[in-house]
Amino acid sequence: MLIGVSILTFFIIRLAGNPAFQYLPAHPNPQQIEGVIKQYHLDEPVYVQYFYWANGVLHGDLGWSKTAKMSVSDAIGQKFPATFELALLSTAIAVAIGIFMGTRAAVHANSAEDQGARLVALVGVSLPVFWLGLILLMVFYAGLHVLPSPDGQASLHFDPSTLRVHTHFLLIDTLLSGNVPYFVDVVAHLILPSITLAFASTAIIIRMMRSSMLEVLGSEYVRTARSKGLPESVVIRKHARRNALIPTTTVIGLTFGGLLSGAVLTETVFSWGGLGQWAGDAAQNLDTAGIMGFTLLTAIVYVLANLVVDVVYAFLDPRVRLG
Amino acid sequence: MRGADESGQGTKRADTKRPKDQKPRSRQRMALARKTSELRLALAPRWREIRFDLHLMSKSVTSTAGVVLIVMLAIVAIFPFLFAAPPPGRDPFIIPVNFDPQYVNPLPPSAKFPLGTDADAASIYYGVIWGARISMTFAIEVVLIGAGMGLVLGLFAGYLGGIVDEVIMRLTDVFLSIPGLILVIAICAVLGRGLEATKIALLATWWSGYTRLIRGSVLSVRENSYIDAARASGTGELKIMFRHILPNSWTPVIVEATMDMGTVVLVLAGLSFLGLGAPLGYAEWGIMVQTGHLYLVSGYWWTIVFPGLAILTFVLAFNLMGDGLRDVLDPKMRR
Repeated sequence: MLIGVSILTFFIIRLAGNPAFQYLPAHPNPQQIEGVIKQYHLDEPVYVQYFYWANGVLHGDLGWSKTAKMSVSDAIGQKFPATFELALLSTAIAVAIGIFMGTRAAVHANSAEDQGARLVALVGVSLPVFWLGLILLMVFYAGLHVLPSPDGQASLHFDPSTLRVHTHFLLIDTLLSGNVPYFVDVVAHLILPSITLAFASTAIIIRMMRSSMLEVLGSEYVRTARSKGLPESVVIRKHARRNALIPTTTVIGLTFGGLLSGAVLTETVFSWGGLGQWAGDAAQNLDTAGIMGFTLLTAIVYVLANLVVDVVYAFLDPRVRLG
Repeated sequence: MRGADESGQGTKRADTKRPKDQKPRSRQRMALARKTSELRLALAPRWREIRFDLHLMSKSVTSTAGVVLIVMLAIVAIFPFLFAAPPPGRDPFIIPVNFDPQYVNPLPPSAKFPLGTDADAASIYYGVIWGARISMTFAIEVVLIGAGMGLVLGLFAGYLGGIVDEVIMRLTDVFLSIPGLILVIAICAVLGRGLEATKIALLATWWSGYTRLIRGSVLSVRENSYIDAARASGTGELKIMFRHILPNSWTPVIVEATMDMGTVVLVLAGLSFLGLGAPLGYAEWGIMVQTGHLYLVSGYWWTIVFPGLAILTFVLAFNLMGDGLRDVLDPKMRR
């Protein structure tokens, strides 16, 4: 599958026109063109070029990103923590709210609460991510002045190089270094982007949780548990919700891919400085190497997320055996 | 129905032999009447089904709300000139501007500009109205072509199986393993800016979801005994595929396509916001939010709020309708 993705991305790069111009000055002389063509094997057939490129990719050479002004693999390494932190936090938010609201909606099916959850879910998938981000900024930053401006992960006067710990995850770094004002600033910067990013996944998780919970609540073991005289809260928490979580896990894994595409827009709105914003910049400036690196990375993350889901699935549902 | 068809043909042929006789004509009329009544009888269950579907839909609050919103949007999209007249002789999709210095800053909503203006007196109201037409035509084109491609590919993969299935589905898997928006961004970046390029990029990716969906239901429909019966009576493969299998397996695609109308507009708006979709100055909601976002701190809220609300309304309308349709068309959920 990843081979297929790599062929596809390579094909798209080649649609962009002669790749030699990526490595040439604005007004090259013929000798420079000749040199670049020789150096990058551009005079050979396309399928041979693919193998050169794939060989490079396997050795971590994804080309030069002109928007990040560094090699694509360096850029990914440097920008990954910021995006990962954001994605992880918004997944946590989405999972918590989604499971809570989905359970409530199913337990009180067809009540006002259920209709409310349905409306939240529908609006959630219909909201343009970037617009939500802008509206939140307009209210909480420009209007109420309670949250900081969209200037990335922390205010500019904080310098990450002053921190004692370097995991590149700012939340952890600031906390471990004991720099409380810095930590508070990072948290304040995280609130709006993570809510923005979480919205769409929350909606999907609510729906999934509601439908699988309804299915479980109609099953015989729930009836048995009730007829044993167990309190309703125990039935819901121990018997129903645990089993309803199984299909929901799959969806959570799948929303992770959606989260990465949402990150492109969210990070652009909040100038987050992670992978998403870089991909957005690269797309606007025809930085093909950058875009392709990002596309390939997303595909890998997506496949990995599915793998993790499969493993977690086996853990949650003893009937599933791997291998 | 088939029998009625043939008997009708038979009387017609008999007529041509004796054109001046009166009697055959009345017989012809009788045959015609019989044909129509048979047709009505044959269609009755289908019509009853449709009426039942409509009845169910009208009972569901969400789908009714969705249909009402879609009808309103469609009216605006078909007759935008009734709501906001374009300046004569200009491309109506470009919001008219006025470079008079008094209009440099955005103006708040007023009688002349109901939803306020962006810089240079670019009316937000005008953009929201004409944006409906851009979004509607764009979404219809992408969804129809994409679903059509997916239907045909999925049908061939599911029905023929074997090597055809293998090739089509591996290709589909590759497209599905990259999140939609990111692949579209990549293709757009290569093709350059503009609505046409965006459309091509979306079409290049949008078929894959439908292909997988239709293949799944074709695989189960294929096993029905009426397919065997059709084959036993000598029906051609293509006819089996398009007359017997397709109509019985496209229900999930209808729901998906309805919701995708909204998703396509979301993606278009997102791409425009990134600077890849519609060019600056166009009456497209995403690029309007993008221009408005420069005024985030200046308090010109109307430049961001109204185009965004337009996107939300459009997408929500189709999601509401799709949500209702799913309940109606899924036989497990109804009755």
